[in-house]
Amino acid sequence: MSLQGLDRNAKSAPTSFHALDFNGAHLHARADGSLFWPDRGLLCVSDLHLGKSERMARRGGGLLPPYEVQETLARLDKAIAETCPAQVVCLGDSFDDLDAAMGLAEGARLHLARMQAGRDWVWIEGNHDPGPIDLGGSHVGELTVGPLTFRHIATADIAEVSGHYHPKARIPGAGPARPCFLVDRARLILPAFGAYTGGLHATRPVLETLIARDGIAVLTGSRAIPVPLSALGRARG
Amino acid sequence: MTELPPFFETWFAARGWTVYPHQRQMLDRAAEPATLLIAPTGGGKTLAGFLPSLVELASGAHQGLHTLYVSPLKALAADIRRNLTMPVEEMGLPIRVEDRTGDTTYTAKRRQRADPPHILLTTPESLALLTSYEDAPRIFAGLQRVIVDEIHALADSKRGDQLMLALSRLERLAPGLRRIGLSATVDDPQAIARTLARHPDPCPILSANPGPDPNIEMLGTQGRPPWSGGGAKYAVHEVLEQVKKHRTTLIFHNTRAQAEIFFHHLWLANEDALPIGIHHGSLSRDQRERVEAAMVAGQLRAIVCTGSLDLGIDWGDVDLVIQIGAPKNVKRLVQRIGRANHRYNAPSRALLVPANRFEVVECVAALEAAREHALDGEPRGPGPLDVLCQHILIRACAGPFEADALFAEVRTVGAYAGLSRAAFDDCLSFCATGGYAFRAYDKWQRLKQTDGTWHLRDPRAVKRIRMNIGTIQDADLLKVRIRRGNRVLGEVEEAFAASLTPGDRFLIGGEVVRYEGLKELTVEVSRTPGREPKVAVFSGMKFATSTQLSARILRLLNQDSWPNLPDHTAEWLALQGEVSRMPSARRLLVETFPHEGREHLCLYGFAGQNAHRTLGLILTQRMEAAGLSPLGFVVTDCALLIWGLEHVADPAALLDPSDMRNGLDQWLQGNAVMKRTFRGVATIAGLIERNIPGPRKTGRQATFSSDILYDTLAKYEPDHLLMRITRDEALRGLVDFGRIEDMLARIEGIDHVRLTRVSPLAAPLFLEPGKVPITGEGRERLLEAEAARQMAEAGLGAL
Repeated sequence: MSLQGLDRNAKSAPTSFHALDFNGAHLHARADGSLFWPDRGLLCVSDLHLGKSERMARRGGGLLPPYEVQETLARLDKAIAETCPAQVVCLGDSFDDLDAAMGLAEGARLHLARMQAGRDWVWIEGNHDPGPIDLGGSHVGELTVGPLTFRHIATADIAEVSGHYHPKARIPGAGPARPCFLVDRARLILPAFGAYTGGLHATRPVLETLIARDGIAVLTGSRAIPVPLSALGRARG
Repeated sequence: MTELPPFFETWFAARGWTVYPHQRQMLDRAAEPATLLIAPTGGGKTLAGFLPSLVELASGAHQGLHTLYVSPLKALAADIRRNLTMPVEEMGLPIRVEDRTGDTTYTAKRRQRADPPHILLTTPESLALLTSYEDAPRIFAGLQRVIVDEIHALADSKRGDQLMLALSRLERLAPGLRRIGLSATVDDPQAIARTLARHPDPCPILSANPGPDPNIEMLGTQGRPPWSGGGAKYAVHEVLEQVKKHRTTLIFHNTRAQAEIFFHHLWLANEDALPIGIHHGSLSRDQRERVEAAMVAGQLRAIVCTGSLDLGIDWGDVDLVIQIGAPKNVKRLVQRIGRANHRYNAPSRALLVPANRFEVVECVAALEAAREHALDGEPRGPGPLDVLCQHILIRACAGPFEADALFAEVRTVGAYAGLSRAAFDDCLSFCATGGYAFRAYDKWQRLKQTDGTWHLRDPRAVKRIRMNIGTIQDADLLKVRIRRGNRVLGEVEEAFAASLTPGDRFLIGGEVVRYEGLKELTVEVSRTPGREPKVAVFSGMKFATSTQLSARILRLLNQDSWPNLPDHTAEWLALQGEVSRMPSARRLLVETFPHEGREHLCLYGFAGQNAHRTLGLILTQRMEAAGLSPLGFVVTDCALLIWGLEHVADPAALLDPSDMRNGLDQWLQGNAVMKRTFRGVATIAGLIERNIPGPRKTGRQATFSSDILYDTLAKYEPDHLLMRITRDEALRGLVDFGRIEDMLARIEGIDHVRLTRVSPLAAPLFLEPGKVPITGEGRERLLEAEAARQMAEAGLGAL
């Protein structure tokens, strides 16, 4: 078993992580749902879904509490402050749609610009945000760094880091499901980082097909907790 | 005064009936703006309500909708249609009677809007939907009367609030509308009258002769009731004996799951193959209708049922009611008993069957209260604002409106008579912009104001709002279907379906079925007769034992001896007195004892399960802070049992009332009960949509839990309207803090008894389902330890 620890750069409560060896890369699956690669100074988050509440309102649905962009950016800010990354990779579905990206409030744009300052920032395309956006950073379909490839939706490729599915899991008898990382030898799937995101249970067929039975889930929350997939409780919605 | 036309008299006489005095009185009062009739079942209550309408319609002069009948049950609307059609046809009256519920076909509904019948029978939800149409003014223009049946069942709920708001709208469309409420026996008729009448109109109350007292007894059984649980399997043979001795028996249960299990056992023991049916809200419509039809035709000897049969479908021949499990409140017991013997002036016969040992005490207490006519009831607060928010959205669907006029209209509803303009404006602002301090939706408002009138910004919203009308909170349900067949057996909760593995067996509609898999959004099953089932978990309302009944139970426990209780129960209580103490109203009994390596604390609050759950959450939080490492708790209506790693030496310190109140607000915020209450409030108010246009998606990552919205509001805007509604409602309802306050005020001191082992009264608590784990530091460590153990076991060190 690899080591577990806490990222020490934090000013306040440090975020716990589970250390993984994944295709030659030493990675931290962090309790906040972000993935950190210390050797490369790379921080990766997936499925921010910024602007989700705006999109719902635009379509005539319920007017959700409009604090979701603020909350998601605050979480990201904390992860950045704790890891001081040279590069940030947003793994797709960073925006709930392109209009939401355009409609981002001035305060949120400034907040993003402040976080982007002095580091390389990559927006990877997702199914919700397939086009270019007028925010700082580069916009690519996928990104290869050393042995790993970062893309939004998992493929048959190996050494691949992806998002999209918003995996979550629960340990039977230990409370409700939590967003989680799913990892096997070939691929790593990140949980959704955005405040207004739901989850797909790790035992759903589509995820069971993607991740080998001998893989693990790393539950997020107050601590990063690794658990074998074979020990997960069945789906609860 | 309206005379009964001669051909009505002739018709009554031909059937050998006489017109009851209260039926005549309803005619006498036909011109009153509102009348409340209180009559027992079988007293010709429904006919009394309709008589003025039939007389007014007899001439054939009225065109269009004349009378709207609203009942809480779809089945009731259909039943009343059958019952009304008979006199209408036999007297040759020129009256068209139709029902309109969620079950009515799309084409029939369209036709009804174009050409409404004289008498329309419907439910509060279908009525609310009708008022949302732009042509509502035309549909309701000639409306003369509204009859609200079983108003006692509606008045206690948000469904009643929604109905009364809809009536305020109808009053505007059809001024001079007269209202009739029909109610079973209740503790506070005045409160119901105030709910019914247009404020500030008076509402005279007519009380029919209540008839003779019912004959209620405990069912004698060979076997002893078990220590816990709700099955009452031990009484199956005696129940069957009673079914044989009577023409038709209704066997009431408190939850659907209990009804299913009991029906299963009843069927296994039913050697004479008596025709027995089952009826509850989770069964498919077809199945319920078949049972209802068989019952009406006199083909069934018994029906195992739940609250779905609480209300007035006229079964005619029922001569025995059996209540399985403690009735929790005396009023409901009396109303259920009234279901037996629909012939007026004959005593109803009822038997109580406690499901477990403690319920013996509760049943005896309830039985004595029923004999003394001591009904219980909790006063209801002002009209809830989430329902008002939905009403505003519904109003907006029907067309532009003025805020001042709508406010005036809403204040004519009894429950909203005291509504402040500020509160109304809060609701309007919520509907328009979300009502957030941070103004984010100016561009995408739901409602916009143009030239003084409010209207929907996006006309597409009409469809979304209409799809989400209603205040009934169901869990997400999935249909259950026989594989490779079309027959739908019923519905189960999604959470239950998700817990199934192929091969699992569960009960539905009295059949044991085998889970085969989930296809689309349907649970596919096959039949496996005769195998032991895994129990289906249905959501059922969890009622807390009423304050009045709890007080009676405490009095009963403190008798010197118990000649009114069966020996097995009296002996158990006597043993409690020897080993520990008997709980009392004035002194709070707290027992502490070790058991299986954990320290336990058992508190006999008798404040009802909701208040006990709250108390459990508050106390465990305080224990956590004091380093007592609580691990979990479980509640019943009588007691709270907490377990943890450390012994609680001084329970009194934990229970200090002012400390508890101070901690309440902070505690409330993160609480699961608050989140659950918020979910309901946010759904009713229109923040969350239960139904969205288009096919339901199977990929669930698109939807997210309402808990996230709750957490966001708690963090960024804790005083938002929906948070305030949630807090008020939770404190009165599921949190039930009022009853904790009452308990603390009632007790003069705490008796702490330290025992070396489990006490007789505490023992059954260990078998109670619904244990609540405490997610404290201790639990987090246990979770990590368990995960680590499983990692090691799976040999997954290398990843």
